Amino acid sequence: MDSLEPETWPQDIYQVLVENRVRQVAYIPDIGHASLIKMCHKSNNMKTVVLTTEEEGVALLAGAWLGGDRGVLLMQSSGVGNCINMLSLTRVCRMPLLILVTMRGEWGEFNPWQVPMGQNTKQVLTVAGVLTFAVNDKDRIKETVEAAAKMAFEGPAATAVLISQRILGAKTFDR
Amino acid sequence: MNSERSKSYSLRRRAVVKELLAQRGDALVVAGLGAAAWDVTAAGDEPLNFPLWGAMGGAVPLGLGLALAQPSRRVLVITGDGEMLMGIGSLATVATQRPPNLAIVVLDNERYGETGMQLTHTAGGVDLGAIAAASGIPICRTVSDKKSFRSVIPQIQKEVGPLFFNIKIRAENLPLMLPPKDGAYLKDRFQLALLGTDAII
Repeated sequence: MDSLEPETWPQDIYQVLVENRVRQVAYIPDIGHASLIKMCHKSNNMKTVVLTTEEEGVALLAGAWLGGDRGVLLMQSSGVGNCINMLSLTRVCRMPLLILVTMRGEWGEFNPWQVPMGQNTKQVLTVAGVLTFAVNDKDRIKETVEAAAKMAFEGPAATAVLISQRILGAKTFDR
Repeated sequence: MNSERSKSYSLRRRAVVKELLAQRGDALVVAGLGAAAWDVTAAGDEPLNFPLWGAMGGAVPLGLGLALAQPSRRVLVITGDGEMLMGIGSLATVATQRPPNLAIVVLDNERYGETGMQLTHTAGGVDLGAIAAASGIPICRTVSDKKSFRSVIPQIQKEVGPLFFNIKIRAENLPLMLPPKDGAYLKDRFQLALLGTDAII
């Protein structure tokens, strides 16, 4: 981290979600999404849904869309692999899906168990038919989420923003 | 595993679903893949049915997202025991959200019906109603005879939820009653019927 100032990019993402009229926020938490999840919990216009596995969120947001609600799915990169078969729902039904992925196993990772999924997140999403938007500069997160949201909801398409571990800082458990 | 028990259950799946949907009112119906989707279709293919042809384990979370988006409409998820087992964690998610308008009905024949009638875990004693109750869904019942089934229909239709009903049904192979297969068509006709033309522009 460059300074002790609180990061502003979670607020930027929240603003994009508000502007896109996102109503359902499904998540398996990640430390990188912690501030955003808090903001969504406080919103009067968003329903937050904590999941037991990420694929639930794919189905949940398909149901939300059928009922007229826009949604977003928050997860870390390890959760992407859990979604693969359920993404057939989004694809066959031509529904929008906006996923925001915080990366692990990508940059300075201390836990080797995160690396197999983290090194293959983009490829896995691509073969599953999800458009990916990688971002490794915190000043570009807002415009990247805006672009992904626009292509998701105007498409409709499944899109995922991959927020680099370079921005988040590698997790250390203070070791 | 009890391989014979469900062959003698008295309730028959097509009659159960037909009776349930005869009084559906303006309910939105999500059907899990396989026989549950064929049963719902046999009762009448409707725009406000959303039958799944895949996405196994997704029926309940899809119904939850729909119930949260449409709090004034009853959402009825009808699925099988195998499909429910694959998405069993979603019962915990439903319990946490507590949507009052969501009712889940599992047609439990203790088999994977589309793949050769292999036994599911419920043939081995796994109790889906007890799992739902332990997950925190406030109203859970297991039903195995016609009288009890008839008595719970009003609950399934109207009672404040979320609710979970496990219906023990006979293991039987029935003629396929296939709904439209194209997911985009199913989605568009559902949204058109529910939300009007603005939704599909």
